[in-house]
Amino acid sequence: MSTAYPLPTNISPTTVANTASLLRIVAFGLISGAAIASRLFAVINFESIIHEFDPWFNYRATRVLAAKGFYEFWNWFDPTAWYPLGRVVGGTVYPGLMATSGVIYNFLHYFNLPVDIRNICVLLAPGFSALTAWATYMFTAEMKDPSAGLLAAAFIGIVPGYISRSVAGSYDNEAIAIFLLMFTFYLWIKALKLGSALFGTLAAVFYFYMVAAWGGYAFITNMIPVHALVLLLMGRFSGRLYVAYCSWTSEHMGALGVFGLLQIVAFASLVRSHVSSKQFQNLLAISVVTMGVLGAGAFVVMTYKGWIAPWTGRFYSLWDTGYAKKYIPIIASVSEHQPTAWPSFFMDLQLLIFLFPAGVIMCFRELRDEHVFVIIYAVVASYFAGVMVRLMLTLTPVVCVSAAVALSTLLDTYVEAREPDVPEGRTEANGSSAPDGKKTKKAGGAVGSQASTTAVAAASSAISDFVSATRSSASSPRQKGIWGADTRLVILLNAIGMLVFFVFHCTWVTSNAYSSPSVVLASTNPDGSQHIIDDYREAYYWLRMNTPQDAVVMSWWDYGYQIAGMADRVTLVDNNTWNNTHIATVGKAMSSPEEVAYPILRKHDVDYVLVIFGGLLGYSGDDINKFLWMVRIAQGVWPDEIQEPNYFTPQGEYRVDDRASEAMKTSLMYKMSYYRLSELYGGGNAVDRVRNQQIPKVGPTLDYLEEAFTTENWIVRIYKVRKEDTLGRDLKTANAFAQGKKKKRSKPVSRRRAIV
Amino acid sequence: MAPKSSSSFTFTKPSSQSASGSSNTVSTTASSSISALLSAYTNQTTPRLKFIDAFLVFLVSSGVLQFVYCVLVTNFPFNAFLAGFSSTVGQFVLTASLRQQVNPENKVEFKEVSHERAFADFVLGSIVLHFFVYNFLG
Repeated sequence: MSTAYPLPTNISPTTVANTASLLRIVAFGLISGAAIASRLFAVINFESIIHEFDPWFNYRATRVLAAKGFYEFWNWFDPTAWYPLGRVVGGTVYPGLMATSGVIYNFLHYFNLPVDIRNICVLLAPGFSALTAWATYMFTAEMKDPSAGLLAAAFIGIVPGYISRSVAGSYDNEAIAIFLLMFTFYLWIKALKLGSALFGTLAAVFYFYMVAAWGGYAFITNMIPVHALVLLLMGRFSGRLYVAYCSWTSEHMGALGVFGLLQIVAFASLVRSHVSSKQFQNLLAISVVTMGVLGAGAFVVMTYKGWIAPWTGRFYSLWDTGYAKKYIPIIASVSEHQPTAWPSFFMDLQLLIFLFPAGVIMCFRELRDEHVFVIIYAVVASYFAGVMVRLMLTLTPVVCVSAAVALSTLLDTYVEAREPDVPEGRTEANGSSAPDGKKTKKAGGAVGSQASTTAVAAASSAISDFVSATRSSASSPRQKGIWGADTRLVILLNAIGMLVFFVFHCTWVTSNAYSSPSVVLASTNPDGSQHIIDDYREAYYWLRMNTPQDAVVMSWWDYGYQIAGMADRVTLVDNNTWNNTHIATVGKAMSSPEEVAYPILRKHDVDYVLVIFGGLLGYSGDDINKFLWMVRIAQGVWPDEIQEPNYFTPQGEYRVDDRASEAMKTSLMYKMSYYRLSELYGGGNAVDRVRNQQIPKVGPTLDYLEEAFTTENWIVRIYKVRKEDTLGRDLKTANAFAQGKKKKRSKPVSRRRAIV
Repeated sequence: MAPKSSSSFTFTKPSSQSASGSSNTVSTTASSSISALLSAYTNQTTPRLKFIDAFLVFLVSSGVLQFVYCVLVTNFPFNAFLAGFSSTVGQFVLTASLRQQVNPENKVEFKEVSHERAFADFVLGSIVLHFFVYNFLG
């Protein structure tokens, strides 16, 4: 047996095993460290702060949970949200995330570690990412071997597709949900492999945790039954499948179709074990198929007749990508519900997206029960990831798993030191290229089935056999395999190079694209130093300090959670978009002229209106860019009052300069955004730097609102809603009268009065 | 294995004779196959499995009874019905799983699950099941 490079011979197998397991532990520790560390860019570049929108609500709810206990939290009715409706928080929330942080908080405080609840919330996602890496390791180790598992753990630890939802401060349900997803899948595979009810029960328990933590639990609810069904249809029914599936299902009675089918098949196979006959088999197959068709038919008929309505709008938009745009603008308006663009696959997964199909093909080579699972998962998740950006998150784990299987097969093949044997006699006669056919088989068996030959070699074996048969009897088939250290080095260096680039790519994407809190913005000064733009917190803090506690603040729903969390004021609508009409009311107020909007504002007791304006700074995520969604949602409820085409120029352009349409110019949103902007330019031509358009010199005037506060970079502007005139005039004439009488009154005075 | 093959022989023999038969021969085929099934069951099944089967039959009848009561009389404490029914169904499948695991014929499939382990799993599964059922009672 020749080797490509010298191997030590005096090491006992136990030493090898012990060293390998020690190395695995060390590698796993480093992977966890890397997974946590790469998520801390957000804390280091900015500060330990809760990010974005939804996390602010989760954080607020967790504070309630930590301060008042679980029962108070469960019965919590929040009167300050969705004013005047209020929101039953305890019943409309996934409590898994808050409960997890609450448990950690109480655990640490029990040991007298006074950690702030905010820091627990900020660091929860990085902590759970290490656990996800571990779950992925276990899952992949079941697929192939522990070395593939380590690769998968390293991939999931740093891949941007998962980091995007789990950086420090991104305190959202996905932070713990992906760990639960992978761990439930691992337990399911383990239960299926061993036929153990213990793992099935554990899978059910973690499935429940997942149900309590994330709406994406429906993914598991469907994946496991589909896997069981496919195994059934493949004729792979076994007692192990029965035990695993039943112990998983019995805890929650979900997925009843496959459950019932499995009972029937199990009973039938029990009967068959006593009376075996061909006739019986046919009967079994026919009855199973008939019942399946009947059940599905009844389900379709019932849905069609409207007796049951199992599908929601989000579900339809999964199948018909245009559905949401046509019927439900509120779903379409959420940016993470948009279809995925091709570049984002590369951005989020880099080289893994190329290895992914190879790994799935590797699964077909062995096709054990667990490989069927990965294949189904890959197909389903690929489709969903293409439909919605946010579902990229469910694709990422399976991509990591199958890429790790592919890459570790490649490494196994080329790291393997043993070379195929070359018999001496033949070598002399035919040269080194034509060894014996028998020896080929022997060498292949010795090296090991998966490690010895690559997929290409396996596929070409038939061809080479055919070629050898046509040759003369003197020459025998070509030996397949890898000789020498140089070929090995070329491949391995390439593979290592790809992995290094992958690490650089992940680090770059994480630090640049996914670590911004979006509450605090960063820009660069001319000298290269970082400049922090903190307008959001400036405005929310102003609200907190200068308005009465029960003041009602109206804004677009994106900012509802932030206002509730940071400013602690009453909001009309927030990111829990459960009431479309209420949101449409806000949209109508924003897109109507002042006279129309004012009664709406007064009816809802609105004291302040908050808009986000990026025109001065060039911050593109502002309300003017979201304005069309407000118009569309309002149009959905009041189609004869608000029409989207009115907000475009006759040429169909979306403009804010002097060519803007009349409806646009008189809308409350436009007025609040550009009010007094030209004064900043000394009466010259003001420029909107987001839309690159010149704002008219004579800016909009406001009669029913007055400016209350504008932040340093004008990103947040807050307006106070005036009370009705004390003399009973409408505010427009009252204003005109006041201005006609006291023309000399300067602006700063009026502004100071507004603040009071 | 010997009784198994002989019983299947007695099952197939009449059916092949009555290929062109009337309804009378069909019923005799069915009755003979059922009696063959019964005799095979009583001969081959160990007492332990029969014990488990008795429990399974009890669970099925209990579930059917609850369902009939719910349909015919009242579903008034609906949560209680749900809890009771899901408890019987869940217990049934857990017991059936136990039966699968301890069945000597399945020994090849469950190499790593000993009978004691199977029973411990069964107990744990039942505890978890009844934890959920208890929360359903309302």
